[in-house]
Amino acid sequence: MPTLALGQKEAVPAFTEMDSMEARVQGCATCHGQSGQGTSNGYFPRIAGKPAGYLYNQLVAFRDGTRRYPPMNYLVAYLPDAYLKEIADHFARQRPPFAPREDTAADAAALARGKALVTAGDPGKGIPACIACHGEGLTGMNPGIPGLVGLRPSYIAAQLTRWRVGERHAADPDCMKRIATRLTEPDVHAVAAWLGSQDPPRDPSPETSNLIRMPLACGSQR
Amino acid sequence: MRQPAVTAMRRLAAWTGALVAVAAVGVMAVYFLLPGELRPREGAPAPNATTQVINKGEYLARAGDCVACHTPPGGKEFAGGRAMPTPFGNLYVPNITPDEETGIGAWTPDEFYRMMHTGVSRDGSLLYPAMPFASYTKVTREDSDAIYAYLMSVPPVKQPNRPHELRFPYNQRELLVGWRALYFSQGEYKPDPKQSAQWNRGAYLVLGLGHCAMCHTAVNPLGGSSESKAFEGGMIPNQNWYAPSLTSNREAGLGNWSIQDIKDLLQTGVSHRGTVYGPMAEVTYNSLQYLSDEDVEAMAVYLKALPQRDAEPPPTSQARLVAPNVMELGRKTYAQQCAMCHGEEGKGYPPGLPPLAGNQSITMASPVNSIRMVLNGGYAPGTKKNPRPYGMPPFNHVLNDEEAAAVVTYIRVAWDNSGTPVTPAQVNELRRLIPE
Repeated sequence: MPTLALGQKEAVPAFTEMDSMEARVQGCATCHGQSGQGTSNGYFPRIAGKPAGYLYNQLVAFRDGTRRYPPMNYLVAYLPDAYLKEIADHFARQRPPFAPREDTAADAAALARGKALVTAGDPGKGIPACIACHGEGLTGMNPGIPGLVGLRPSYIAAQLTRWRVGERHAADPDCMKRIATRLTEPDVHAVAAWLGSQDPPRDPSPETSNLIRMPLACGSQR
Repeated sequence: MRQPAVTAMRRLAAWTGALVAVAAVGVMAVYFLLPGELRPREGAPAPNATTQVINKGEYLARAGDCVACHTPPGGKEFAGGRAMPTPFGNLYVPNITPDEETGIGAWTPDEFYRMMHTGVSRDGSLLYPAMPFASYTKVTREDSDAIYAYLMSVPPVKQPNRPHELRFPYNQRELLVGWRALYFSQGEYKPDPKQSAQWNRGAYLVLGLGHCAMCHTAVNPLGGSSESKAFEGGMIPNQNWYAPSLTSNREAGLGNWSIQDIKDLLQTGVSHRGTVYGPMAEVTYNSLQYLSDEDVEAMAVYLKALPQRDAEPPPTSQARLVAPNVMELGRKTYAQQCAMCHGEEGKGYPPGLPPLAGNQSITMASPVNSIRMVLNGGYAPGTKKNPRPYGMPPFNHVLNDEEAAAVVTYIRVAWDNSGTPVTPAQVNELRRLIPE
């Protein structure tokens, strides 16, 4: 188990006003950072600025056990819908700076394959481009599609893999399941490596909802 | 005399008839002139007797926390199917919706009462004591009938029960005859005439539907709990939480708590003395937050009045000694990670952020809950009276065994707290038991 340096500042609970959402969400700080910016631990994702609908769906899924990750399942087990919504709205509003990106160990061929999948997809295999739904700037789309920026390759690869093997689901029709099951394992790592090697966007806000353009029907956009 | 009388009656009849006709025309006129504007009857319809019984049953089912076990997380209410791990294997909780085939739709009130009162199912088989019939036996027939009426009124769900997966010999239900002889005494709650009506109501709820003894009385290797050790606390099997003694002021004994603090803890989930987490947060979330102020106060009065019994003597000063380097590591870790919310002096900012100084749940003999809180963190339950609780983050990935043991030791002995040190091995053991 990796032990973080005790001094990593953004992972230490801190707030300025007691009666505030900022103080109330410090239960998230040691993994996701005080403002949802993420921490230097390789696994825990940045949650700041993701669409509120996406964050809310995840919180409800963790509470109800339809998305399995024991530390999260345990933490939000007894929180009512209205409060989960408030927590989601809080993190969706945050715009903390991005952590500097890490160097990738992936080779040029893998990065090229990753870039192709993200920006153009693989029409022969029926795989749409990531940017078709996750946004031109990969900052996600309201209300339910997450941004893919500022996430580490280990987290992206783990989530895509969980989708491929049926451990992660979204509301029906589960568009992400259709896509993930068409990706090979090398594809997953290529996409994760290329996404992880990109510079953060200037404006991390998600795109507005645009149902007409999407290549597949997604339950989380309804 | 007759004639005028008849005439008078005829006149009266004619006059009445005319009046009725005029009135009818008038009413019709109103009806046609103001369609849809007829005023409803005064006020909302009074709930009839049936509705009243169902409402009462719903409240009592809350008090009994039926939903916690009989509803799978995110699943259909009361449809069962949830796995309940026990030291003897997995039990699968049955469907108690009124579906005729797969639920309890075909049960009669008599059969339901026999199940609640004696732990015998409709088909005559003996229930496993994961169903708290040893507590529910105290429930009155009237209350049992109300719960029955409520359960019959919820939407039926067709979902067959899943067979239990118990190891031999525990899968032999006949063996429950022995368990029952040792640990089960049947009988409705008998009010104690020497006590107040409020105390008796509290006792009825705590001992009966509340089934508090299921966790707060130690469970022996046979899955039984001894009445002579009632409410003296114990580890909750398979959950790796310690249910503190309700009779010891060194644990969760409430003898020196105010009634208001006890009420707050039970119903709101937070109080000026401490906060509920883990399995008790579940009880507050699913059950106690819905009880009336009067009933929660009655429970508080009863719990506060429980006779004080300390199962073991207080720790010796020798047992409380802490190595200076451990104390220093604990102090440093506390200042860095904990003081922001709990304060340099451990006073917290109650009720939102609980105090650690003078907090019995931290100083009690078992350090299990304190270690778990440091490793896993936790949110107080979101309740009607505290819908936006504060939360503690997990430190599982931040602190190693030595650091976690040192900081738990520190909060157990600092500020005149009366606890004893914990070892890195104790932290490590819990870390391995808790799923990552």
